[in-house]
Formats: sequence, structure tokens, C-alpha cells
Amino acid sequence: MAVVIFSSELQKFTGEERIELAVSTYRNLVDGILNRYPDMPAKEITEKAVSIDGMIIQDPLLDPVAPDSEVHFLDRISGG
Amino acid sequence: MSEAKEYKYVGTRRVRPDGYDKVTGRANYGADLALPGMIWGKILRSPHAHAKINGIDTGKAEAYPGVSAVVTFQDFPEKSKGNPSAQNILANAKALYHGHAIAAVAAKTEQIAQEALGLIEVDYEVLPPVMDLDTAMAEGATLINENLKTAGLPEPATESSNIAARQELKIGDIDAGFAEADVIVEREYSTPTVHQGYIEPHACTVRYDENGQSMVWCCTQGHFDVRASTANLLGMELGKLKVVASEIGGGFGGKTIIYLEPVALMLSKKSGNPVKIVMDRDEVFKASGPGAATKSWIKIGAKNDGTFTAMQAKLVFEAGAFPGSPVGPGTMTVFAPYDVKNAKVEGYDVLVNKPKVAAYRAPGAPQAEFASEMLINELADKLGMDMIDIRLKNAARQGTQALYGPKFNEIGLVECLEQCKASDHYQSAVSEGNGRGVAAGFWFNIGGVSSAVIHMNPDGTATLLEGSPDIGGSRASMQSMAAEELGIAPERIKPIVADTEMVAHNDTTGGSRTTFATGMAVIEAAQDVVRQFKERAASTWNVTPDQVEWSDGVARNTAGEGEMTCAEICASAGRTGGQITGRGNINARGAGPSFSVHIADVAVDTDTGKVDVVRYTASQDAGRAIHPSYVEGQIQGGSVQGIGWALNEEYIYNDDGLLENPGFLDYRIPLASDLPMIDPIIVEVPNPFHPYGVRGVGEANIIPPLATVATAVGNAIGRPMPDLPCSPPRVLKAIQEG
Amino acid sequence: MAKVHVSTSINGEPTEFLCNPHDTLLDVLRNELNMTGTKEGCGSGDCGACSVMVNDRLVCSCLVLGAEAQGKEIGTVEGIGNNDSLHIIQEKFLEHAALQCGICTPGLIVSTKALLEENPNPTEEEARYYLAGNLCRCTGYDKIIRAVMDAAESMRRGA
Repeated sequence: MAVVIFSSELQKFTGEERIELAVSTYRNLVDGILNRYPDMPAKEITEKAVSIDGMIIQDPLLDPVAPDSEVHFLDRISGG
Repeated sequence: MSEAKEYKYVGTRRVRPDGYDKVTGRANYGADLALPGMIWGKILRSPHAHAKINGIDTGKAEAYPGVSAVVTFQDFPEKSKGNPSAQNILANAKALYHGHAIAAVAAKTEQIAQEALGLIEVDYEVLPPVMDLDTAMAEGATLINENLKTAGLPEPATESSNIAARQELKIGDIDAGFAEADVIVEREYSTPTVHQGYIEPHACTVRYDENGQSMVWCCTQGHFDVRASTANLLGMELGKLKVVASEIGGGFGGKTIIYLEPVALMLSKKSGNPVKIVMDRDEVFKASGPGAATKSWIKIGAKNDGTFTAMQAKLVFEAGAFPGSPVGPGTMTVFAPYDVKNAKVEGYDVLVNKPKVAAYRAPGAPQAEFASEMLINELADKLGMDMIDIRLKNAARQGTQALYGPKFNEIGLVECLEQCKASDHYQSAVSEGNGRGVAAGFWFNIGGVSSAVIHMNPDGTATLLEGSPDIGGSRASMQSMAAEELGIAPERIKPIVADTEMVAHNDTTGGSRTTFATGMAVIEAAQDVVRQFKERAASTWNVTPDQVEWSDGVARNTAGEGEMTCAEICASAGRTGGQITGRGNINARGAGPSFSVHIADVAVDTDTGKVDVVRYTASQDAGRAIHPSYVEGQIQGGSVQGIGWALNEEYIYNDDGLLENPGFLDYRIPLASDLPMIDPIIVEVPNPFHPYGVRGVGEANIIPPLATVATAVGNAIGRPMPDLPCSPPRVLKAIQEG
Repeated sequence: MAKVHVSTSINGEPTEFLCNPHDTLLDVLRNELNMTGTKEGCGSGDCGACSVMVNDRLVCSCLVLGAEAQGKEIGTVEGIGNNDSLHIIQEKFLEHAALQCGICTPGLIVSTKALLEENPNPTEEEARYYLAGNLCRCTGYDKIIRAVMDAAESMRRGA
């Protein structure tokens, strides 16, 4: 089961820090999260970068999620 | 990939392929293009920091002999008028900072355009300027945007405010963390508005074309983003706007935003002529995007042995006239170099009547980490600990969970700390009366979209098209990486920064992404070429491609006899299926963070307050240095920008909110005579997600100098220096207070 | 106001142009003569990107009027090195990676040549102070100074 750990900002919507989801792609992960928290605005998740096992992906969609992956959402960084 | 590997071209110090043009003056920068029939644009700018615009009368300017067109905000398409970007490019209802663009004129000569500006009548109703955070956040403050309500509050805001947003990051239990501390330190810090200080002003030459051949030539860090932003604002299709990136004379984040291009295109459309607009130096300071001023409060709790038990911060950033300071990355980076279980960071984005801030090299991180690194040094002093040892004790390592979420993979902070500690600089005693400082820095680095194409020529030479404006020598690295993969000499590969019609979209050169992400695209394009080489050779020998080995630019038949060089395969390419083009269009994942640790020794003249940096060492984890000279160059350049930020640089405003030092004389960046050699230490802990282990190096090096130098000054005079810059008046004041 | 007719010599070539009385030599070089090698960084003599030689004197061309070029010898970056080979100063800048964005480089090449003609054996401090009028924001000056010192040594040896 992939583990998703929510930041303190996201916990305002989720009410919990970590959940487990049986998914194999990022797209399914997002669907799973948005289904679980119907009051959370989708953009809180979909307009973020994601870290899957420490690999940061700026605008993910089709990326795979391994059975034991640890997932975090973070703000997109642009840099200078 | 992670083991040390011998490369043939990667890691060598070749002369850059664009070097000849740069040392002879032949290279063409933003202001260097003239087109037939070209006319000149000039921009009228607000003389007030804050004013309602009750009317703009351009009649006399339009009638002035030699004037071809005048534009104002009203010339934007209706659907763009709600876009804050449009409102920054040309003011709508309010002038929001000294220098805010109000209108623009295009005329036969610069002189005529300038004279016509003086004929534009603007009815200003001057308002009180809001020039600092305290004023902006005070009860009853004059509002800069009457409709703005603070985002991110626990309860939705009901009143308008100059505070645009609040955000928070926390892990663990901050109260418990402080409860278990033996020692607690806290302090407030401030940093001023600063400018990236690129020597080349913003410039563009454009031609609007009704038939869809519109062209923009401009100096930019990201011509694809220029195309996207400009086309969006003007209601154009991307395919009808070609953007050509000139050579760029510095950016550092400040040239990731558009200011002139839509204005020039609107003038070109109205006049029917190509239009050139070049910012004067004072316009650059007044009206581009500086680095955000900040106020921070930091509190750290630790055990007597130096272990951090709790870290807390409140960061308040000036956004300028529109929301969007980099307070977010500030909150994420402020404690990032450290392994701490209990942390809480609050960040605020606040409007002031100054230009909208833009990115400046690791945006948000220098300001935030300045404060935390200063306090860590103060804590070390209080505990009688060495400045490097306290950092080693708490350093983030592989597996450490960052405050912003993920666990780190392989990282090089400890290596940077250890190499600094072992350095001749650190091992030598501080001279009598001088002061020493140390600080660390962290920056994420980013990946993202890059697209590259390699065309093989019939003689075996190669044309490499990629889309990342070259701000620091990246073409040399692209050449080396392509050569490594193709196995041919770098001199036989010509790397070109292609325009928006020649390659697919590339994200902006920034975020320390170019060698990493565009490098990855180039590698993939080269590997695509090699795959095709193998196919062509295989078809020639009647074997399968996996029976062909490719190395050192030669194909070898492993199932029998036969060798073909790159040149031979290319010469016969037409007959074996067509010319060979390799492609790498990617979205690079797995950018590796870069850590940087610096040491500075300073001497302070206690009569004048002048600070001399007498010795400077800067280490940084580059993952793998594709071109060591340019990696060193990034380390040295960022260090010196940071030294300037620490010692002299600041925007100085008068009581009316007018900028008093919009020039290089009084906005004092470091000169050759100010500095010693900057000794770089390249650490290489390869990034596991890049074929060669590359980590971006462009940005992390500007972070440590602020606290490194301010700590050194404080140690030299025996007084803390929490407010930047440590300019002579401030140093003298601190000495007198001591 | 009528334009001024100027007869001058640029990089050894006799040159004539018309300019407005208020045009700077920098404006003339770049806009009138299409010699864009000399760069404008500030227009007020603070950055050195527009460095040229006027009668063997190193000046900021943004502080010289175009009309003042009358009867003088002007030296720009375009006159350093030639089609066959680079000047040793230019070679050393490339060898030492003494440029990143390159916008300050033409001015520095001109200033360095002036320095080494005046003082063929400068100390590091002398070089730094002579070149203090050429701002660079990319390199931190380290590799520039190394290139200058190395060029000086090569030139003393007759390279």
C-alpha cells in the first residue's frame, strides 16, 4: 500500500496526517484522495508537485506509484 | 551511475563553443538587433509611489511629429485586463510604485519618443505610500488593493488587507521540543530590497505581423515562457508568435518575467513598424522585479550538546505591488539543512508600494536561511561549540525527513561541512581583529520540461538544437554530454539555443535546471541517434541492432566482421533510410537538491565601518561537475552576489516612496577591488536520478554568504548584525552601541 | 537642430558619420555604425560595459559625445584580435572561463588591454583596482583576474 503523508496545510482539509492507498499510478492516487476528502478543493492536490520516494516530479500524471511508495505533496518551485 | 566513472568529455574544461563570439563582441544580446523600418519605443513611468489614475490624455503625444503610436492599459484585449500581469506591465486604475509603467510611445527616434512622453497628461491623485512591512500590516493601513483579502487564514478573511497570504508548515510538537531544550535562543532579522543586478538592461526588438509571422527578439531566461505569457496577454495563438532568445547578459531570475514584449508588440501592431524598446538603467532598478525585503523571527531550542530540539520561524516577505513573494520556498527551506523533529514555520506575503518582486537566485531561501543560519551561529557561540561542528551534529543526511515533506535521498551536506572543516582556510587561525563566519544553504533545484533535437550531418558532424537560454556556459556542458553519448569529439557538435519554432517547448532557464533537465533531454536525443546508428549499421551487415556495439564513435559488428564510423554511417544515411535525427522531449524527474557551505574572514575598519572580505571559501555539492570551470563559476558568482547582499546592496527610498539609488553608483554591487579570490570546493555526491549524477548548482551558492559574512562582521566587532546590509553606517552604529 | 558631421578613425579605419549633438559615442557606435560589440549597461559611466579607447585613453563611451570623436583614434573590442587569431587576452579569458553571460566581456577586454599596455606587470591588487570600473555580476571576478594575470605573464614573455 502506498503511504501518503499530508503536510500541516493539507491536514486542514484531510484531518489526518497519513493514509494508505492501494494504487499503482499517480492518477489513481489523486482519484483516491479526492474521493476520500470530497470537501477538499482538487487544486490543493492537482496543482502541486509530488515526491514519490524522494523523487520530485513537478507536474505528474502517469507516473507509477510502487506498492511501498511514500508520497508527499509540495508546492511547485520555480527558482531564479 | 553512483560509482566514480571515468568519462572522456564530461568533467573536462573545454573552451565553450560560443566563446569566440563573446570575447570579440560578435555575440548578439537583447539590444543588438535592428530591423528595417524599425522605430523606437519609450515608456512613461509613474513619478509617484502610490496614486489613483483618474485619466490619461495621450492626444498631444499622438500628434507629435515623428510619433507613430501610443498605447496604454486600454489597448490590452478585454479578457486580459483582469490579469495582474497586464496591470503590472501597464498601470490600470492605480500607479502602484515609483516607476510603474503608465503608457508607451513609439517614434522615429528615441529622442522623439522621449520628448513625446513629456506630452502625455496623467491625472494622478496621490495616495500615502506604503513602504515597509510594519506600515503595510498596521491596523488601518492604507490599502494597496482594496479588494485583496488575506488567503490561508484559519477562518476566511472578511476585511481587506495588504497581507495577501499566510501559510504554515509544521512537524512534530513545537512546544514539547522547546520544553526539552537546555538552551533557547531567538532573534529578529531583516533583509532589504535588492536587485539581481544583471549588467544588461531588459531589451527587445519585435515585429507584429497580421498574417501570423509576429516575432519577438529579447533577452530572456525563458523564450518559451515569453511566448506563452505574451500570446496569452495579447490573445494570440502560440504558433503565430515566434520568440528568439538573444544572448542574455545576466538574469538570475529577474529575466523570467515579461515587461516590455507585450508593450512593444502593441506599439508594433498600431504603428505597422518593428519596434525596439530598451530599458535605461534606472528603469531596470525602478520597474523590473527586485528580490524581496523581509523581516524574520527565529527561535531555536537545543540540548547542551548542540542537538536541536525545536526550530521555529515567522517569515514576513514584501511582495511589492502585487501578491507573490517567494515566502513559500522561504518557509520550506529555512530549516532544511537540519534534522529536527519539531518545527513550525509561518510565512506571510505582504503588499508594499514597490515593484512586484521577481525571482532572485534560490528565491526566498537567502532571506530565510540568512536568519536561521545567523541564529545557529549565535547558538553555537552560546554553547561554546564550533560553527561547523554544530551543523555536523544536526545535519540532514540520506533518510532525513525534510520539513516540507519527503525524505532526502543521497545528499552532500555532510561532505560540504567536512571539506570546509578540513580546508586550509578553516584550519588557519583568524587574524587579530578579524572575524570569521560559516553558514550552510539548501536549494531544491528543479527538473521539468526540456526538448532537444540532434541532426546528424552527412559528414558525421552534428547540430544540437536545445531550448535553454545560455546564461552561464550551459552550451559547453550540452556539447560535452552529447559528445560523451555519441562518442565523437565535442568540436564536431554544434550546440544551438534554438528559437521557439525550432524545438518544442522548454521550461525557463532557472531553478538550476538546465544542466540537469536539458542535459537529460540532450542525452536522450543522443541515445536516440546511437540507436539509429546501430540500426543502420545492422542493416548494412545484415544483423540485428542488438548485435551491434557502439563505442568511441564507432559501430562494431559483434556477430562477425565490420566496423563503421559515425562519419561513414552518416555519409550513407540517405541510402539506408534517410537522414538521422535524434530526439529527446522529456519532463525531467528527480532533481537532486544542492547544499552549500561557506567560510568568510573579514576585516572591519572601526573608524569608517568598511568591511573587507579577506578570505572566502565556498563548497557546494554539484552531483557531477560536467564542466568544472563553469561549476566553479556558479559557486563564485553566487558567493559574490551574496557578499554584496550582505555588505552593501539595498534599495533606498525617501519618505515619498521614491527610489533614490536606481543606478550602479549608489546601488553598490561588489567590484573587482572589493574582493579576494573566491576558493571553490566542488563536492560530488551524485544525484541517483540523472545519468551522470548531475545536481543543479546555479542557486544554492547565494544562500550561505548572507549569514557567513554577517556573522563574520559580528565576530569582528563583538556585536550581532541581524539587519542587512552590514553597510558602514550600520557597522559604525553597532560598534558605538557596544 | 542640424546633425554634426564627424571624421574620425575607428580601429585604424577612417570613418565618417552624422550624429545629433547630444548623441554619445556609445549611441553612435551601436546605432549609427552598427558596431554592437560595445555594450550599454548603465549609460552613466558606472559599469564599464561601454569601455573604449579614445586616443589611447580608456573611457566610458557613454560619457563621450559622438562629436568628440572628431579627429581622434577610437579603439573598440572589434579592433582587438583579427580574423586569423584572437589576442592573447581574449584567449586567456576563454581558457580561464572568465566569462559566463559575456555582457561585460567586451568592456573588460578593452580595459585589460589598456591596463597591460600601461602596466605590463601588475600585482593582483593593481589589476583589481584598475579594472574596478568594469562591473561583472556573474563571475565574482576570480577567473577574470586569473585570466588577466596569466595574459600579462604571456605578454611579458612575448606570446
